[in-house]
Amino acid sequence: MPQLLLELFSEEIPARMQAQAAKDLERMAREHLAAAGFLPEALKTFAGPRRLTLVAEGLPLAQADRKEELKGPRVGAPPQAMEGFLRKAGLTQDQLVERDGVYMAFIEKKGRPTPEIVAEMVEAIVRNFPWPKSMTWGTKKLRWVRPLKRILCVLDREVVPFAIEGIESGDITEGHRFMGDAQPFVAKDFDEYAAGLEAHYVVLDVEERKERILEGCKTLCFARHLELVEDQGLLEEVAGLAEWPTPVLGDMDPVFLSLPSEVIRTSMRTHQKYFAVRKAGEQGLAPHFITIANIQAADGGAVIAAGNAKVLSSRLSDARFFWDEDVKVGFEPWLKKLDGVTFHAKLGTMAQRVERIVALAGEIAPLVGADVEKTKEAARLAKADLASQMVGEFPELQGIMGGYYARTFGLDGEIADAVRDHYKPQGPSDAVPTAPVSVAVALADKLDTLVGFFAIDEKPTGSKDPYALRRAALGVIRIILENQIHAELRPLAVKSLVAMHANLDSTRLHAIWGRIEYGGLVDSISDEDIQFLLQSYFVDRWLNFDGVVDDLQKKSKAAHGVVSPDSEVGTAVLKLHKPVGERIIDLAYLVERVRDPSKELSELTHENDVKHVRAEIENIPNIVAEKFSKDLRDFDSFFADRLKVTLRDQGKRHDLVDAVFALGDDDLVRIVARVEALDGFLKTDDGKTLMAGYKRASNILKAEEKKGALPTGEPQAPAAGSDAEVQLFDALRVLKAPLADALAREDFTGAMAQLAGLRGPVDAYLDGVFVNDPEHRDNRLKTLAAVRDAMGQVADFGLIAG
Amino acid sequence: MSREKPKSFQSLILTLHDYWSRQGCIILQPHDVEVGAGTLHPATVLRALGPKPWNAAYVQPSRRPGDGRYGENPNRLQHYYQYQVILKPNPENMQDLYLGSLEAIGLDLRTHDIRFVEDDWENPTVGAWGLGWEVWCDGMEVSQYTYFQQVGGLDVSPVAGELTYGLERLAMYVFGVDNVYDLPFNDPDSPLGATTYGEVFLENERQQSEANFHGYDVAVLKQQFEQMEQQVPLMLARSYQGKALVLPAYDMVLKASHLFNLMNARGAIAVAERASYIGRIRDLCKLCASAWVDQQEAA
Repeated sequence: MPQLLLELFSEEIPARMQAQAAKDLERMAREHLAAAGFLPEALKTFAGPRRLTLVAEGLPLAQADRKEELKGPRVGAPPQAMEGFLRKAGLTQDQLVERDGVYMAFIEKKGRPTPEIVAEMVEAIVRNFPWPKSMTWGTKKLRWVRPLKRILCVLDREVVPFAIEGIESGDITEGHRFMGDAQPFVAKDFDEYAAGLEAHYVVLDVEERKERILEGCKTLCFARHLELVEDQGLLEEVAGLAEWPTPVLGDMDPVFLSLPSEVIRTSMRTHQKYFAVRKAGEQGLAPHFITIANIQAADGGAVIAAGNAKVLSSRLSDARFFWDEDVKVGFEPWLKKLDGVTFHAKLGTMAQRVERIVALAGEIAPLVGADVEKTKEAARLAKADLASQMVGEFPELQGIMGGYYARTFGLDGEIADAVRDHYKPQGPSDAVPTAPVSVAVALADKLDTLVGFFAIDEKPTGSKDPYALRRAALGVIRIILENQIHAELRPLAVKSLVAMHANLDSTRLHAIWGRIEYGGLVDSISDEDIQFLLQSYFVDRWLNFDGVVDDLQKKSKAAHGVVSPDSEVGTAVLKLHKPVGERIIDLAYLVERVRDPSKELSELTHENDVKHVRAEIENIPNIVAEKFSKDLRDFDSFFADRLKVTLRDQGKRHDLVDAVFALGDDDLVRIVARVEALDGFLKTDDGKTLMAGYKRASNILKAEEKKGALPTGEPQAPAAGSDAEVQLFDALRVLKAPLADALAREDFTGAMAQLAGLRGPVDAYLDGVFVNDPEHRDNRLKTLAAVRDAMGQVADFGLIAG
Repeated sequence: MSREKPKSFQSLILTLHDYWSRQGCIILQPHDVEVGAGTLHPATVLRALGPKPWNAAYVQPSRRPGDGRYGENPNRLQHYYQYQVILKPNPENMQDLYLGSLEAIGLDLRTHDIRFVEDDWENPTVGAWGLGWEVWCDGMEVSQYTYFQQVGGLDVSPVAGELTYGLERLAMYVFGVDNVYDLPFNDPDSPLGATTYGEVFLENERQQSEANFHGYDVAVLKQQFEQMEQQVPLMLARSYQGKALVLPAYDMVLKASHLFNLMNARGAIAVAERASYIGRIRDLCKLCASAWVDQQEAA
């Protein structure tokens, strides 16, 4: 059956867009063909530096003829309805057939020739192609990623004739820009096309280009006893930059090997797109590189190697310069610079963020067995390298450079490692930190990010996650699970929130205070300040108690009119300001106290306030939890979702995860242990049978609940019941202590084993006891509820499927 | 005009002039106001706009006050030359024309590795952006190749293609020189004596660097910037023979832009202020751009 070959030939397509373009081309073509009733036997697309190609096998030369039935208006419908229908169907009324009181039209549609359909398809694809960025060129209105030069379109070896904005379809394409005869050639089907490209030095298939690159690199390496440092991302990129990829090995001045290998590799990769190599069987880099040229040069690549070597030298000289300058500076001046670097408009500067991470890491340290002082110092230094020249040039080396510099400056090894590793894990394949100090700083770093963006309502939605919060949450989960850390997230989140607000409010309050001291009270507080004071939770809680907020609001209104200080209103405003100003100063002290617990409260102006503040400080975590209760709930469920994703990726059943989550525990390690125990239990016969029993019991309870509230309280020993009743009562009684004990020891498998003891009695009870016996209904319902409750201590079995 | 391989910085320029002249471009001279890039010459920024065809090539001295290194860095200059080509509408074979220019200056395209690597160009101070590439020769960026999509916030239609060659860097590569100051400025065999790039420009780099980093009075720069800013709309409000004075107004925008660069080099612009200064210049540029387009379309 006929074959369709389409090639969209353009100027150089950005490498990063090629893979997606091949997918989009395939998807769009399949959709268009399917809409025309075609189902190609095979369809494949290719993308390369200058062309997108599609080949579809097994298309008919025309659509099959089709019969369509159209349902028209009812007999006796208004004439307008009939007219409309006839117009739509393109028929006259006498061509309609009456069926069951409705006019029907039977239309025979002649199948259209495939070339017509293909021509429409190509035009639609070209005009609607979802390039991430597209452009116009010359005098055309057409958009494409770069100028589109030719369209090759043949069906069954015949050109499908059409033109899109002056670009006429044909059966001609061209090969490599510089190699071969550089003449366009004719291709009437895919075999001719593939052979023609090969003869004209173009490798069509990206997979073949990648293979060619790897093979070439390995051959070059082998001859010199070198090994390629493989880099999948770079391979993908360079495979999109050359039609005839040809590895060329060049030399690097060995003097640069004293730079950290990450620096050399990053410089090679980001600036020059070179592969690094190492001596076979050795760790460090070898003084060579491999560039992937687009030509097989007449001189064997000598000029290319020499030219690239020179460029690399100047790049690495820059890197060496950055290193030399950086080690002259050091951490402290960098930390000062972070003062001027905004992290986020609403979350303060990097320096403020560092302060928060220090506070939080200090809280986490004891939970993970890390030295508190070392942890705080590591946290304090962790972000310093952001101000270094090297990280300015290569942002992806953040942390890594900090670690190198820390060691160069002779800092403690645990601190240096924590500085290096605190961004980890940066993706699913990245290792998590395991050293206690690193763990504490890495958790604090991620929690500060998560809590901060949740508090300012920048939560991820759908596919939008601009601050990579999902990655941060997965990082937290992996660190906690892989290190088996027993820490509840909620209190840590609250601590992080307290640190966040103390730190942000304090800075702002100091600024306001400074203005008051410097400019006096009149006009020194701006409306913006007032807005801030009204919104800050410290202020909100504290100023409200004697109506100062109202005063502030009045002042805000007064400030909108022009008020002379001498006027009556002016004097009133002035009076109003005095207490407000003093309060703000006190407030600054209060917040300072939260920030630094060693601060004396006696500095507060109002004696009354000292009392109040003392109480408030104790109460702050509660205030925060209350004020941000919605954010914290969102935070919890966000984490729950992330954890579910993690567990599901590990093959855990989704419903089991839900059943455990319903208990409201937020110790991740415990949650996972419960899920695992539950999973194991439900695979046993006892588990399956008990599960069925639970469902039955719970259905009875649900049905009875609809009639009225269930009786509450412990079931009584059955006075003269059947064996089944006595057995279940005893089983429940016997179960109580060991179940509680197992749960207390977090031995969830043990707890499940205890529950397994209920299997027989529950089954016998449900089979042999009539629950709704009017005389015993109350106690029997209490018994079933006791079963549900006992099991409910382990998981919410009601959420388990099956 | 000889068509041999160039042997000096100046013959590289002459070769490019000769090449683009043969392609039909008008060969312009530099604009006489300090600019940070060849693009800012009115022959590119303004002529890219409006419906009329325009094909020109020129050398433009470019000033980057913050890049001065007192002549001590072999690759970095606060004053250097860009070779600029603008083709509107861009011809179908513009890439071939460009590659022809590389051959003209002596690069053998079957020996060197020429690559077009994605680079989306933008210049926020003139509200301009386009798509194109950095052109690499053996791993070194030798040109910027852009299809202008917008200038002064206005769509460029028809589209203008722009080529920018960093002349010093290109020359260093072609002549195999590691230090810009060692470049032969004229023919090394000149009967009147060989002169290097350093002999022409080293002292200029030293003095200008000192002025850029320490010499200019920030208060004066700021005042001049504000004066220019105020003058642009006033100049645009004046007209001659029914046309707003857009060309003098645009010169003032260029001056404001250079004054901003000088203030920046003096470290007088806080990070937070930067965006607002750039926005102010862009607004002025947009005023000029729309006035220019109105005149072009009316003509």
